Amino acid sequence: MTATAPRSLTSRRPIYLGTRIPSPTPTVLTTTPEMLETGDVLTINFGPNHPSTHGVLRLIVDLYGEDVTGVEAVIGYLHTGFEKNMEHKTWWKCITYPERIDYVSFQNNEYVFVGAVEKLLELEVPPKATWMRTLLNELNRIHSHLVWLGTSALELGAISMFWYAFREREQILDLFELVTGYRMHTRYFQVGGLAEDIPRGFYPECRKFCDWMPRAVDDYETLLTRNKIWLERTEGLGLLSAEDAIALGQSGPVLRGSGVDWDLRKSDPYLAYGSVDFRVPVYQAGDVYARYRVHMDEMRESVRIVEQCLDRLEQMDGEPWIADDRKVVLPPRHELHTSMESLIHHFKIVTEGFRVPEGEVYYAIESPRGELGCYICSDGGPKPWRVKFRAPSFVALEATATLMKDALIADMIAIVGSLDTVMGEVDR
Amino acid sequence: MSDWDDVPGLREERVHVGETTLVVDAGDLIEAATYLRDDAGFNFLSDITAVDYLGWGDEGVSGYLGTAGGRDLNTPMTQGYQAVPAAKPKRFAMNYHLLSVSEDARRIRLQVWLDEGERVPSVIPVWPTADFHEREAFDLMGIAIAEHPNLKRILLDDDWDGHPLRKDYPLGGEPVRFSGEE
Repeated sequence: MTATAPRSLTSRRPIYLGTRIPSPTPTVLTTTPEMLETGDVLTINFGPNHPSTHGVLRLIVDLYGEDVTGVEAVIGYLHTGFEKNMEHKTWWKCITYPERIDYVSFQNNEYVFVGAVEKLLELEVPPKATWMRTLLNELNRIHSHLVWLGTSALELGAISMFWYAFREREQILDLFELVTGYRMHTRYFQVGGLAEDIPRGFYPECRKFCDWMPRAVDDYETLLTRNKIWLERTEGLGLLSAEDAIALGQSGPVLRGSGVDWDLRKSDPYLAYGSVDFRVPVYQAGDVYARYRVHMDEMRESVRIVEQCLDRLEQMDGEPWIADDRKVVLPPRHELHTSMESLIHHFKIVTEGFRVPEGEVYYAIESPRGELGCYICSDGGPKPWRVKFRAPSFVALEATATLMKDALIADMIAIVGSLDTVMGEVDR
Repeated sequence: MSDWDDVPGLREERVHVGETTLVVDAGDLIEAATYLRDDAGFNFLSDITAVDYLGWGDEGVSGYLGTAGGRDLNTPMTQGYQAVPAAKPKRFAMNYHLLSVSEDARRIRLQVWLDEGERVPSVIPVWPTADFHEREAFDLMGIAIAEHPNLKRILLDDDWDGHPLRKDYPLGGEPVRFSGEE
């Protein structure tokens, strides 16, 4: 018996009856003894170095002909000990780490850590910073979905998709560079707000992108949405029911592709999501194609959110972009030449780091891949006692065994790809 | 009178920065978890986090314990506390972050305290998603999970020594190739 989803949030017609989660280990699909007795079961290693595994994912696959009879995901090839390292750094130096955990949705990761620290500090963030964070998180969502779309389509043979998706991704990276000075791993969010004011010229450039992007999504959909080959490679594959998805902790596009209307931006609004108008796309089929449709629709909705953020931000010229709390936030640069007090604060924060009150906090946001959570524990000192990330990709891989039931080896690429995993985040 | 009085085996209830923490004993965990899932609507397990509190509140400790060179108050960024933090009941804490996937989107933290060598039952029967999380807690923190069907290392090599996220495991503990220290 497993957890059930409330009726109101889930689909009308079940995707399949009962549960398909393997037992007793929910994440390992084992070959039946009768199958093994045939002597025709071949065990192969798929990865860790394989061009279509999205990084260093290793799958141990049992094959009977082309049928997959068993599968187990083996991870850890990219484990770099981020969490241990962060315990060793001051709070504000830690901000560079989360973005490297999920190197495709870096700004969402950056925000979840900064947001958790702010929650523990109970720090008020100025509205300009909140709106700019919302804007950048949404641009980052489009960026992440484009990388997913380009690479997954590439793996299924749609090579031109890759070039189209990376064309628009390039424009987003240019926007990031304009704002922060870096194309990836921007470290633009500071505890208390933004590191710098929004540069002149960003709004018109961002508007140009917003005008262009919906047409680009139209292009992608023309290539794929009703493409016969694409439909045959994705429809009805990798089925996951709403109940199984919730029991397996799935979130983001995987959960919404299984017909559960669940998005933390709507159900538990953070940043400025409570005051923007957008739709949460939900598809009922629970297959690879449904997850693809969710991704496409989300890109359109993200453009709408970015436009609304721009409308607000354009009226906020001259407003502060970071909180004025001298114990946490670096004082303005020009004050260092005239104010002894500011110089002391600057020195203390840079050498010793600011202190975060004792306590523990779990802060979760909707990253492009689903629920991204950050647990931090502070002992009242200048360094975190413990940092833990709830990585949506890590959890998404738990569904592999359920999705691969009765699948063919060739479909494995489409199914695992549809989970949108980033191995940096899985292994941390 | 609180909303959580009916939770089986409830030892303590805390609210801090808007987050509720319920503490139960390891022996009552499955019962409490089942109650929270079936009767309180927490159908979604977000995350399991194990925390090591070894050295919590000791002078000069903020980060980890025990390197070759040690750490002292004169090293930048290791200054002491403004106030010594409150003592913890045992060395390890297992935190189960629960979410209710429903209209009200509530969250709660279920906490279990453990000493070295104490075992905590697996919550896979309640939430199947616990599988990887528990393997990670075992791998990196050395938490013994009882009745886990597939308890083996997940992120590190099978022959790895020790559990790196423990506070007595030094940063940079492994030898660096060609550094002259091998």
